[in-house]
Amino acid sequence: MAITLFAMLTLMFFMFRLLPGDPTMTVVNATLSPEAQAAMKAQFGLDKPLLEQYLVYVANYARFDFGFSFQTSRSVAEMIEGRLLNTMVLIFPSLITAYVLGALIGAGLAWRRGGRSEVAIVFVATAFQAAPVFWVGMLAILFFSINLDLFPVGHIVTPGTVPESTWKMYFTTDFLHHLALPFLVHTAYQICFPLLLMRSSMLGTIGEDFIELARMKGLREVRILFRHAMRNSLLPLATTIPMILGWAVAGSVVIETVFSWPGLGLLMIEGVERSDFPVVQASFFMIAVLTVFGTFAADLLYGILDPRIVYD
Amino acid sequence: MELVKTFFATVWQTNTGRISLILFGVCCVLAILGPYIAPHAPLERNYDAAKKLIQLSPPTWDHWLGTTLLGRDVLSQILWGARSALIVGVVTALGVVAIGVNIGLISGYLGGRVDTILMRITDIFLGLPFLPFIIVVLAISGRSTTTIILAMMIVMWRSTARVIRAQVLSLKEMQFVAAARVTGASDFVILYREIAPNILPLALVNIAFALAWAIITEASIGFLGYGDPNAVSWGSIIYSAFASQMMYRAPWWVVPPGIAVMVLVSSVYFIGRAYEQVVNPRLKTH
Repeated sequence: MAITLFAMLTLMFFMFRLLPGDPTMTVVNATLSPEAQAAMKAQFGLDKPLLEQYLVYVANYARFDFGFSFQTSRSVAEMIEGRLLNTMVLIFPSLITAYVLGALIGAGLAWRRGGRSEVAIVFVATAFQAAPVFWVGMLAILFFSINLDLFPVGHIVTPGTVPESTWKMYFTTDFLHHLALPFLVHTAYQICFPLLLMRSSMLGTIGEDFIELARMKGLREVRILFRHAMRNSLLPLATTIPMILGWAVAGSVVIETVFSWPGLGLLMIEGVERSDFPVVQASFFMIAVLTVFGTFAADLLYGILDPRIVYD
Repeated sequence: MELVKTFFATVWQTNTGRISLILFGVCCVLAILGPYIAPHAPLERNYDAAKKLIQLSPPTWDHWLGTTLLGRDVLSQILWGARSALIVGVVTALGVVAIGVNIGLISGYLGGRVDTILMRITDIFLGLPFLPFIIVVLAISGRSTTTIILAMMIVMWRSTARVIRAQVLSLKEMQFVAAARVTGASDFVILYREIAPNILPLALVNIAFALAWAIITEASIGFLGYGDPNAVSWGSIIYSAFASQMMYRAPWWVVPPGIAVMVLVSSVYFIGRAYEQVVNPRLKTH
């Protein structure tokens, strides 16, 4: 994990400095006098040799010191702090809901084979997976917020309210009211994958001998379904969590843009638009950290689900 | 060729497969003919008889899907968008699978240190947040279709490589590989003549899913405002509707491009799944 993060840091450094196009030129205005340009470069440490810049950068990032914004001169670490939590409360609860609901519905579909409802559910789930999530979000705002006036149009709390602390904000009804719509849209988008995977995994399990045996022992259907069939079908599902988690965190860029949700993704997009590259770099890094830690946690979870896996 | 034939034959067997193939075919035809049958130029501003800009007009006979804030014809934009969605999608999917298959083959077959290093690199790429990465690359190197395709390839080959490697690991223990080795075949010949043909079906499944992903990603890039400024894409249509804040007054501007993405991508998903049953017979449903 540490190696992955270190490699990520290095990759980012070269990406931001060596790709064609020089992001530092956006701060250092070319019309300024050469002395003023040099002074500005010195202020952001851009005048040092590349290797020295790299070492300073790695040392700073290791201490979560992300420097200062080119545009507002605020500390980037400060800007990031609340944003990280905001992204997590948006992404993780809906991802968990999607997996739990998806597993249950998928198992149910496999248990009662055939029928119109199976075809219909698979079709609807695929449509939600194939539709761009930002577009579904826009339609949801159009329908639920504007036509029916049920939910607010984006943002995390009503603009103008100043919460006592980020933490307390998450327990206000106003916040939950704002969370509802993006939560629903994101859950609908994420549910298809676990649902279909669980269905096909269950179809495999149901054909196995031990299910037949459980039937012969006269166990109740519910018990066979939950204790025997579902439990064994969950493993393929669990292996996909790290990958899907990575996609979901990366996808926050899009969903936060639609709902004006002040998370890491939106911060990154705003940073790119304003050519504020310390902000872009730091939010990109934090999105990567979230992905890597999430993957790690999911791997641990897999170990709990399947006792045959041993970590050395 | 044999493979392509079985591919179509298998997919054609199921109802959803057949419908999806037809829908996908229609999209391809529209992508090829689109620019010729589009009633207007996609970025042309349309004026009425009184020389007034036809702004945000709902669907009419002249403009079947209405017009945008700048008086552009939505239907023509959609038809042009089909072309860029398919070009970007197909090129990316082929590139991704070509990279992923080769890395998977080499890593799985050679094993040892090569495998460890290649899989470490794959792990690092798995930690790379893929949409943010593409946006950063586009922001720094400039927005163009080529850059979009290259950036997508860099972040998408990783999952294909893993799947192929796992398959190669089990294939290389098979008897036909041992037989080839006895005849004195080199590693290169064993890898590309004996093992590779056996993973082609799996590679085809991966092409289908990579295609679906690439089309959605291209739309997302367009929606975030980083599409190629010289091309009309479905994502950029939605972006201009969103950015102009007029989308809630003009649903005809927003709904069609999303439906286009949804139809194209779900047909690709269904085709991929129908064919997946060949690779993994346990999935066979009916």
